[in-house]
Amino acid sequence: MELIPKLPVAEWISDATDWLTDTFEFLFDFVKNDFGDFIEFFAESLLMQIPIWLFIAVVAVLAFFVSKKRIGLPVFVIFGLWFIQNQELWEELMNTFTLVIFASLISVIIGVPFGIWMAKNKVVETLLTPVLDFMQTMPAFVYLIPAVAFFSIGMVPGVFASVIFATPPTVRFTNLGIRQVSHELIEASDAFGTTGAQKLFKVQLPMAKKTIMAGINQTVMLALSMVVIASMIGAKGLGQTVITGLQRADVGTGFVAGLGIVILAIIIDRFTQNLNTQRGDQS
Amino acid sequence: MPVVQVKNLSKIFGKNSKKATRLLDEGLSKDEILKKTGNTVGVNRASFDVEEGEIFVIMGLSGSGKSTLVRLVNRLIEPTEGSVLIDGKDLATMDSKSLREVRREKLSMVFQRFGLFPHRTVLENAEFGLEVQGMDKEERKKKAQKSLELVGLGDYVNQYPGQLSGGMQQRVGLARALANDPEVLLMDEAFSALDPLIRKEMQDELLELQESMKKTILFITHDLDEALRIGDRIALMKDGRIVQIGTPEEILVNPANDYVEKFVQDVDRSKVLTAENIMKRPETVDIEKHGPRTALERMRKEGLSSIYVTDAKRRLYGYVTADDVSEATKEEVKDLKDILRTEVPKVDKTTSMHEIFNIIHDTAVPIAVMEDEKLVGIIVRGAVIAALAGNEVNINGIDS
Repeated sequence: MELIPKLPVAEWISDATDWLTDTFEFLFDFVKNDFGDFIEFFAESLLMQIPIWLFIAVVAVLAFFVSKKRIGLPVFVIFGLWFIQNQELWEELMNTFTLVIFASLISVIIGVPFGIWMAKNKVVETLLTPVLDFMQTMPAFVYLIPAVAFFSIGMVPGVFASVIFATPPTVRFTNLGIRQVSHELIEASDAFGTTGAQKLFKVQLPMAKKTIMAGINQTVMLALSMVVIASMIGAKGLGQTVITGLQRADVGTGFVAGLGIVILAIIIDRFTQNLNTQRGDQS
Repeated sequence: MPVVQVKNLSKIFGKNSKKATRLLDEGLSKDEILKKTGNTVGVNRASFDVEEGEIFVIMGLSGSGKSTLVRLVNRLIEPTEGSVLIDGKDLATMDSKSLREVRREKLSMVFQRFGLFPHRTVLENAEFGLEVQGMDKEERKKKAQKSLELVGLGDYVNQYPGQLSGGMQQRVGLARALANDPEVLLMDEAFSALDPLIRKEMQDELLELQESMKKTILFITHDLDEALRIGDRIALMKDGRIVQIGTPEEILVNPANDYVEKFVQDVDRSKVLTAENIMKRPETVDIEKHGPRTALERMRKEGLSSIYVTDAKRRLYGYVTADDVSEATKEEVKDLKDILRTEVPKVDKTTSMHEIFNIIHDTAVPIAVMEDEKLVGIIVRGAVIAALAGNEVNINGIDS
């Protein structure tokens, strides 16, 4: 045991991160500045400019149609959002919502193609599976460190850390969904002379839609769970209020902000679940 | 030229198939090769031709390699050896682009568990092959609709497969395959998942459709009755090998080996055998040349109680009984016409045994078997029973 000195793994990682930071500075700067500006614009100049009553009304109407004209979800939306507004947390909610939306969108844009690639290629699946395990089991806090190194503090590193943590379910479920398509349907598709792309878009993806949507739902929930952690590196929103409560040992403030996150989580979860229907499904 | 020509087609599953191929050449059995190399022999040098417009049935029990064989024909499974010629072009060595074209234009497949896309409506399912070819929307809709009407589902276009019964789903499968207007239809146990009554109905419908379509059909089944019912020719498979190819009659009447014989012994022969198979050469008297005396003599010699009366061209006039004839000889009647009985039980030589049962039940005289108004044979009760028992079938009655 004594023969091998302590391996300088930590130094290697730090060196690699430094090298990345220096080498891709132009890219990171571009993302940090332009993407950062865009996120800020989206949250402050778009979402926050919408009158609160109009926002609540629109979401409630959407909820009504999304939940197949049932009344439960719209009622919850109205009371939940009204409560957040009543607690003077509306700006924080909009910031958190922005963070979740961008992190989820990027996760899906990255995750679905990787999932497809995994499903089509055995080698890729073997290589990616441990990487995905790693991404999900590594404590999420760890991602904050390189995120700060690359993008300093603010919303952008928050989105970055969230994306790393939230992408795996989309990749996994896309892969699973495509692989679950029955052998006979793949044979039927091949027998009619489909190209790889035709098979993917006409058979595999439509058939896997339900599973992929379940993965996306997971991704969104994980992105939401990163809200508090990301606020430690300056991502604005409800998470920041929770952290403030923690620092000041102010149970009430922390709890109310936490409740806001729960309300947002429930609304997003019900929306994505209700949108997950498949044509030709027998109910 | 045959539409489909399969030559020495083999499939060996597993790694290192070369060694297994060599062992096949040495004549080792499927089990021995599995023991020696760990490879499974799916299909062992199958060769057959399918002629244009015929229904060629590949029949075997599970594990006999029949499903593998049909998948080798459209190359859903890569063959290890051998060739599959469709219109003279070898599919086995074709590049993927040409293979796609052949699958789009010449081959269609119907699957055991239907293989319908649950997220597409019945019409969209039927359109699938045409859509893949890049046909424009209106045109493919029209063709798919027509094809669905052909199988009697014209009113169900907007349903989803999950809303239909098994029989209807398979009609959609058939419509989807026919919409492409393929030269060859591959049907993999297409009716096996259906319950017996629906299965029979579908078989009848397929035969009816085939009357007008005249497609070349390669039909896979494990059900011998089905094979005998719809097949123009049947290939029997065992352990990946084709053991016999022939018409239903040839297989029943002339089994190539013990396996086939054992296989066919439980068949309901009454559905397959025809009058021709069980008739005997008739004893007759000539209405112009012979009188009652000759008739009596012949009957006595052969131990008959009646005899058919024809003319020189074997046109049937009727029969005379032994009693009538002996009476006639006593009363010095000279002409057979005076004692002729004309109520003759007649069947065509292609009549199935099934129908013969009813006739033979009601008649005291042997049944006359006819071809173009001529007497070609007679059927006695004993022959029917013997044929059902599976022996003493008179294959000399077959003209070939």
